[in-house]
Amino acid sequence: MKHICKKLVVLWLGLMAYSANAEVQIYITEGRDDARPVAVVPFKFESASEVKVEPPHDFAKIIANDLERSGKFKPVETAELPQTPNQITDIDIDAWKELGVDGVVYGIVKETAPGKYMVSYDLIDPYNDKAVMESSIPSGSYPLVDQSFHLMVLKTKLVNSDNFRWAAHIAADEIYEALTGERGAFATQIAYVQVDRLATKPYNLNVADSDGFNQTNVFSSKKPIMSPTWSPDGNKLAYVSFENGRSEIFIQTIASGQRELIASYKGFNSAPAWSPDGTKMAMVLSKDGNPELYVMDLASKRLTRLTRHYAIDTEPSWNPDGKSLIFTSDRGGKPQIYSVSLAGGDAERVTFEGRYNAGAEFAPDGKTIVMVHQNNGNFHVAAQDIDTGNLTVLTKTSLDESLSVAPNSSMIIFSTVDGRQKVLSAVSMDGRFKARLPANVGEVKAPAWSPYIL
Amino acid sequence: MKRSVQLLLALFAALALAACSTTEPADDTTDTTVQQDDGSDAEAEALARQRAAEEAERQRIAALLENTTIYFDFDSDAIRSGDMELLEVHAKHIQATGKKVILEGHADERGTPEYNLALGERRAKSVAQLMRTYGVSGSQIEVISFGEESPANPGHTEQAWQENRRVEIKYQ
Repeated sequence: MKHICKKLVVLWLGLMAYSANAEVQIYITEGRDDARPVAVVPFKFESASEVKVEPPHDFAKIIANDLERSGKFKPVETAELPQTPNQITDIDIDAWKELGVDGVVYGIVKETAPGKYMVSYDLIDPYNDKAVMESSIPSGSYPLVDQSFHLMVLKTKLVNSDNFRWAAHIAADEIYEALTGERGAFATQIAYVQVDRLATKPYNLNVADSDGFNQTNVFSSKKPIMSPTWSPDGNKLAYVSFENGRSEIFIQTIASGQRELIASYKGFNSAPAWSPDGTKMAMVLSKDGNPELYVMDLASKRLTRLTRHYAIDTEPSWNPDGKSLIFTSDRGGKPQIYSVSLAGGDAERVTFEGRYNAGAEFAPDGKTIVMVHQNNGNFHVAAQDIDTGNLTVLTKTSLDESLSVAPNSSMIIFSTVDGRQKVLSAVSMDGRFKARLPANVGEVKAPAWSPYIL
Repeated sequence: MKRSVQLLLALFAALALAACSTTEPADDTTDTTVQQDDGSDAEAEALARQRAAEEAERQRIAALLENTTIYFDFDSDAIRSGDMELLEVHAKHIQATGKKVILEGHADERGTPEYNLALGERRAKSVAQLMRTYGVSGSQIEVISFGEESPANPGHTEQAWQENRRVEIKYQ
């Protein structure tokens, strides 16, 4: 028990140090007791010159934190490691078997010139002496020693100061995929709206890496910003801005900052959602009297109306097959989720449990929809299995909204209220892992998880 | 701040008017007792009472026009019966003056932002509809929804939510 307490304190301190420089910090609020132990050995650093300049970030630490943030892994404390190898020939397989870890990550960062590095990292499975045969590692690229048969990942990459963190997230993705068989989503970004009521431009659309680092501002305004959403290629954001006094939809190219106003019809313009192939955008316009779903062909700007009902129809989300959309409608009296085919036809009701279901999003794997579900007056994140129709409430927080699913469908990021502050939160698809992401300044809301970025 | 200054000015104007209406009839009475009979005295008193009543009504309407926000129940666009008179007074004022108004619809933070944007519009349209039944032309009314994006009270309590579920009448 005492030992566990000590571990928790060390973990807490580790997280504190790790979050010190992030604009949006991440605190794990509920871990999984079935998280698998892994070892990430601190990487050896070799300097090019006599004057030893440390690399900009701790490559191994970024990998360890990413794995921990997935909720599926529990990195072993450095002090508990039986040895600190840096290459395959250093490995004592039996020592790692005794520790009982699913994988061991180790490596070397070599400075080749000021600000340039060669990073080598491996992953081994201590229990599988045929791992290398099941991996994509080419034979002949590793030394012929017994330990090499345990290799799952063997990489060498050239990086610089600017893409150092990103390279570590990619490494974490490779390791995560080797261990779970599921693609990692650490080398991704989150877009969100930050509100600082004391600033001259209180409303900011920002983008940060999935761990909250490298925040950049995309757009700032004196008026509210809503509903950011990524283009499927990850190059653009669509969002709703009130800069002209009412809600209009803009598309902005992230790299160049170039903006295009695409919907400024009478009434409100809201809830943009890119089609999976990126050629169309679903949106909600009230130009014909009340909120209806439309699909805009982005090349011609031509609109096709999808719904015809005097009720509120809003919050479209594309089925990943691109053939239908789910949306919120209160046509039955209270908001529930419905589905409509792009080819036309009647809307079909999708949710039946509870009096209030809204803001549904398809998981990219098409197996689940997640939504805001009201239960006893509180608004929780819930997931509904497409095949069985079973609905599971995933959170205990009470003001959840603006759900967005990671591209590997493993995690949902959303906005909620923590005490008196509006914060971002994340929950795993099974509800067993939770993390909180408060901002350093002001409130954060409307998160949108990017697609895979290559 | 601006609002409380307006209230003070309105209160000051009302007090000034009240002071006039009490002194004037008193002067009239002293004048008329000498030259005129009892009948016209009673008539003057009735006239004064009518004037006072009219003034009171003007003040009541002026006070109602100061109030430009009405509130709603959760996920509802139904106008509360207690707000009918207020909206009638605004409607008649808009109709009489030919002024233009923006009806700004708002929602509390519960539920989803995009649904709340639609709900805010529905609330503002519900007010616009009632004003049209009182004779206001559709061209004098513009409806804009801010959903939950522009709270009157940024708190996360029942009290804050009630303050945020609102339509604001903004004279242009």
